[in-house]
Amino acid sequence: MSTAGYAFRDNLTMLRRNLLHARRYPSLTLNLLLTPVILLLLFVYVFGDVMSAGINGGHADRADYVAYLVPGILFLTVAMTSLGTAVSVCTDMTEGIMARFRTMAISRASVLIGHVVGSVIKTLTALLIVLGIGLAIGFRPDATPVEWIAAVGLMALVSLGLTWMAVGMGLVSPNPEGASNIGTPLVMLPFLSSAFVPVDAMPSWFRWFAEYQPFSPAIETLRGLLLGSGIGTKNAVLTLAWWAVLSVLGYLWSKGQFNREPKR
Amino acid sequence: MLNRPVGSLCGMTTTDHELAIAATGLRKSYGDKTVLDGIDIQVPAGTIFSLLGPNGAGKTTAVGILSTLIRADAGQARIAGHDVIAGAQAVRAAIGVTGQFSAVDGLITGEENMLLMADLQHLSRQEGRRVTAELLERFDLVEAAKKPASTYSGGMKRRLDIAMTLVGDPRIIFLDEPTTGLDPRSRHTMWQIIRELVSAGTTVFLTTQYLDEADQLADRIAVLNGGKLVAQGSAAELKRLVPGGHVRLRFAEPVAYERAATALRETVRDDEALTLQIPSDGSQRELRAILDWLDAAGIEADELSVHTPDLDDVFFALTGSSVPAQTTDKETVR
Repeated sequence: MSTAGYAFRDNLTMLRRNLLHARRYPSLTLNLLLTPVILLLLFVYVFGDVMSAGINGGHADRADYVAYLVPGILFLTVAMTSLGTAVSVCTDMTEGIMARFRTMAISRASVLIGHVVGSVIKTLTALLIVLGIGLAIGFRPDATPVEWIAAVGLMALVSLGLTWMAVGMGLVSPNPEGASNIGTPLVMLPFLSSAFVPVDAMPSWFRWFAEYQPFSPAIETLRGLLLGSGIGTKNAVLTLAWWAVLSVLGYLWSKGQFNREPKR
Repeated sequence: MLNRPVGSLCGMTTTDHELAIAATGLRKSYGDKTVLDGIDIQVPAGTIFSLLGPNGAGKTTAVGILSTLIRADAGQARIAGHDVIAGAQAVRAAIGVTGQFSAVDGLITGEENMLLMADLQHLSRQEGRRVTAELLERFDLVEAAKKPASTYSGGMKRRLDIAMTLVGDPRIIFLDEPTTGLDPRSRHTMWQIIRELVSAGTTVFLTTQYLDEADQLADRIAVLNGGKLVAQGSAAELKRLVPGGHVRLRFAEPVAYERAATALRETVRDDEALTLQIPSDGSQRELRAILDWLDAAGIEADELSVHTPDLDDVFFALTGSSVPAQTTDKETVR
């Protein structure tokens, strides 16, 4: 087999290891699902009337708010699962087996690629669950098959970017608690976006941040794809630019960190 | 051509390609702390080399450099003929490393750990299953094979660790303190495993803080202290470096003890234990002289024993104030 063939096989092996961990310890992934699901139910059933009245200029309609909220909750789910990735990468790095991997004639990148691909798969699975709950409580997307494919691609891209950033965070953290702390801003970002309320409702000094930060354009794009609310060139370009850049930066950062000499 | 003194002090004449490990002038510091201060190591293929030293002497750093895990600040090292930096992947293909802290994946089972190694060694599925079954059997892990490795005892983890190292059939194996923290039974099992490896032609680089372990296993021992090699040689050669051999006579009768003590000169008395120590190199001639003299004087000793200096003496002599760990000490392990 060629070097590239071996590298490919190493990637698959590491991916299998990652998914095996997830299968053995599903609670690690499932726990992270709790937050977005609880927030979804809380905002729809407890705050739903008030929120929709605020958005619709006084006309309360909970169903409207479900439609508004679900795309944002989906991205919150992506952010939560990537926090899990930061923690599990950090945990893995503190394990003795990492020294073994580093002294084996394997593709070095495979260690991280296994984490990243495994993480994206886990995230997409988590999204299916959250979307299922969304559908059960009245989320009614009207997307065409092509729009669905684009939506899945969009979520995979965001997941890839967040995961590479999370891997970098996991690598620089001295312990899993630290990884969890350093990843918290990542989880806060969706709250400071158009996920829960439109940016127009925010104070003007803050609006520019909410409008241009990585999550809002992605959320607006997903809304456009699933609900036909119109995307706009600005949001489409911002989304692709942000998440392509974050993916590349996260990758370079993680690679640099991983290739550093292990600390004693 | 007839004499090939592999594994002795004269082994320095062996040429480079017969050396499994050849390192010169290795240096490494962390901040302003010098961990390795220029060490040279040569290990002929098929032998056991032991790097002996107290905690913090730099043993793990040396293993790290030789196994491509960390880079030396200066010096060169060739493993199986490949440079550890320029030919890192070739070195990795030739070696197996069992670190000080168990390098097993605790979240998955012992068998899955083995199959993971087989995959990473690019064995076929069938071959991987065969090697896994064989090694689990050999290391007495069949019963525990389906349990998560995190539930294993210390000795089982080490055995799994070594079994994983052997999946790729490495020519050179690094064992960093393989018996630290193991109970006596597991230690002896580990020693047996190491001996079997070498009899199959594998080169073993072993670090230990236990003197008897180096004495038991190693063809050659290098004593590392404060980042420098303070002595190298076989166990016997090292022991010759220090004086301290003696013959000990123990008496049951205080009367016989007193007679012997007054008649023999140059003895060290221990009045409470009724023993006398006579300085001696333990040679046949000196022993016979002592026995002849006892016979002639009509004195019967209850027990006669010959004491050659052990590595403890060597260690104290070479490392000065450093106190080596004793095998009876319980070592705290993370």
